[in-house]
Amino acid sequence: MATLVSRRIDWTGIVFAVLLTIAIIGPLLVVGIWAFTNVWRFPSIIPQEFGLRWWSATLARADVWSSISMSLTLASVVTLLSAIICLPAAYAFARLDFPGRDILFFSFLAGHAFPKFGLLVAIAAIFLQLNLIGTFWGVVLIQLVGTLLFMIWIPVAAFQAVDRRMEEAARDVGAGPFRVFWSITLPQAGPTIAAALLLSFVGTFYETEGAWLIGAPQVRTLPVLMISFINNQPVIQFGAVLSVLLWIPSFIALLFARRVVNSGSFARGFGG
Amino acid sequence: MSVLKISSVSKYFPGGTKAVDSFSLDVADGELVCLLGPSGSGKSTLLRMVGGFEDPSSGLITIDGEDITHLPPERRPTGMVFQSHALWTHMNVFDNLAFGLKLRRTGKSEIREKVEAVLDLVGLAGYGERKTHQLSGGQQQRVALARSLVLEPKILLLDEPFASLDQHLRERLREEVRDIQQRLKITTLFVTHGQDEALSMADRIVVMRDGRTEQIDRPDVVYRNPQTPFVAGFIGTMNLIDGEVAHGRFHRAGLSLDLPISDGPAILAMRPEALDLSLADQGQAVVHRVTDYGTHGLVDLDLPEAIRVKAMVDHPDRFSTGQSVNLAPRAVAAFRDGRQVFRS
Ligand SMILES: Nc1ncnc2c1ncn2[C@@H]1O[C@H](COP(=O)(O)OP(=O)(O)OP(=O)(O)O)[C@@H](O)[C@H]1O
Ligand SMILES: [Mg+2]
Repeated sequence: MATLVSRRIDWTGIVFAVLLTIAIIGPLLVVGIWAFTNVWRFPSIIPQEFGLRWWSATLARADVWSSISMSLTLASVVTLLSAIICLPAAYAFARLDFPGRDILFFSFLAGHAFPKFGLLVAIAAIFLQLNLIGTFWGVVLIQLVGTLLFMIWIPVAAFQAVDRRMEEAARDVGAGPFRVFWSITLPQAGPTIAAALLLSFVGTFYETEGAWLIGAPQVRTLPVLMISFINNQPVIQFGAVLSVLLWIPSFIALLFARRVVNSGSFARGFGG
Repeated sequence: MSVLKISSVSKYFPGGTKAVDSFSLDVADGELVCLLGPSGSGKSTLLRMVGGFEDPSSGLITIDGEDITHLPPERRPTGMVFQSHALWTHMNVFDNLAFGLKLRRTGKSEIREKVEAVLDLVGLAGYGERKTHQLSGGQQQRVALARSLVLEPKILLLDEPFASLDQHLRERLREEVRDIQQRLKITTLFVTHGQDEALSMADRIVVMRDGRTEQIDRPDVVYRNPQTPFVAGFIGTMNLIDGEVAHGRFHRAGLSLDLPISDGPAILAMRPEALDLSLADQGQAVVHRVTDYGTHGLVDLDLPEAIRVKAMVDHPDRFSTGQSVNLAPRAVAAFRDGRQVFRS
């Protein structure tokens, strides 16, 4: 028989949960409501008229669609390139010892320790001379720099957590170094690396400052477009609809992350 | 038919550790040789050099006459079983065993046959679909053994494969491995620091110390005829007493025994089971403690000068703490300058 435990109500916990919900969900809710509002005038606390008018208005614009496809292409290309560059580098950091290893490793962190905008302006000045301003590859390059931190640090931790004896056992049965990486190390570190890829994709998708500074006006991603809407359009709904659109990758990312975390392999990837 | 030959192999690690120091060993076809020694004596390093996981600083390793000294592990005909089983947790048992066969481009049906046969051999028939974490420690270690065996290696290498298992399981697996090894007649190098493991399994034992060989012999010879005081003290229980020899007699701590060697310092060695005790009024030693193991008893004795020796007795109830006794060794050995100089 199960023993009955009288549980006290944890008021502090409840208060925290409520405050957190208000802080996080509140603004999202307001924006969400705005996106589906046709008319909402002060002082009414609920909109006078709900509807999809601004959705059709927003989605009818060619620049919205081109910026969506631009953002998706950009995030995919950057994530792919970042994986190709960073994963082998992370493996080298995790497994090899070479001169300057630690300094190089920390330099990735240092890049994020300083105010980003100043760094961006300096890079923009260099890009200007290289004729990269306003080009797709210029934006790819600047986003790539932004992904370096978690695409190196997270996989390094994941690779370090892989049991070296497992790799040696694979060598022992006849696998060459590359095969070992592909069939043993990568799958063992897989869930954690998937998380890093996801962060990299979503981070690139949402990144605004770099994309705007390097890409504008020719290369327009969804967040950049949203900023120009907010700045130039008197109508709130345009921005609200775009925000809601921007949530989609987040939701997909969260769903995916839940699967990874639930499977328990996420913790294992961290050596747990 | 596989012969392993290790000739003057040394391994220096960066920082100056001399893990293995000009070590030589020949392992005959189908032989099981145990590397036995205290922690840090270089057993694992030696085994890993044979497997290809450490590169020897100098020396030569051959298998059937073929030089493999600097080959990478994947190109050696060796199979290694690790202490931590090192199974690939993202694959099930079948895939763990099939991985090496796939790399060798073995056909699907042949892979299935071989994997089933080897699972049967290690007593795990029908376990192919299990995940590795659904196995007990002993089963995991059996799968690790099967993973090496399925590739039919010329040389099987085992690095303390049972160290993480409990005593009971260890003894059972020890017998199983010995049976399989003899059935397959596979040349085997086995690392352990459990002497009972070495004594019960090995055709020959290599006693190692500081990366060097102390003695290579059959288990019974290592036990009965240790060549150095280190081996004498390391294998089994041995009473070792530092003393002086003068005019053919050994003196120390009230003891005085015939020892027909030249005058000078010597170490006297006596097994507890070769030491007779008799009660005496003014004896050489005082009983410190009596331990009854059921089948036999051990008596700890205090000699003068704070020297303690152990004696094995058939009837421990005949002795009790504080009694005075005389010692009469039935067999002794003596060492001088690190070598055996006398044995009776
Ligand atoms: N990768 C390494 N780098 C530096 N020194 C090492 C390395 N591996 C082993 N050593 C040193 O070499 C010596 C022999 O180590 P080894 O692991 O071979 O001992 P062992 O006999 O297997 O001991 P144990 O019974 O504890 O497993 C030790 O002094 C150890 O510190
Ligand atoms: Mg070892």
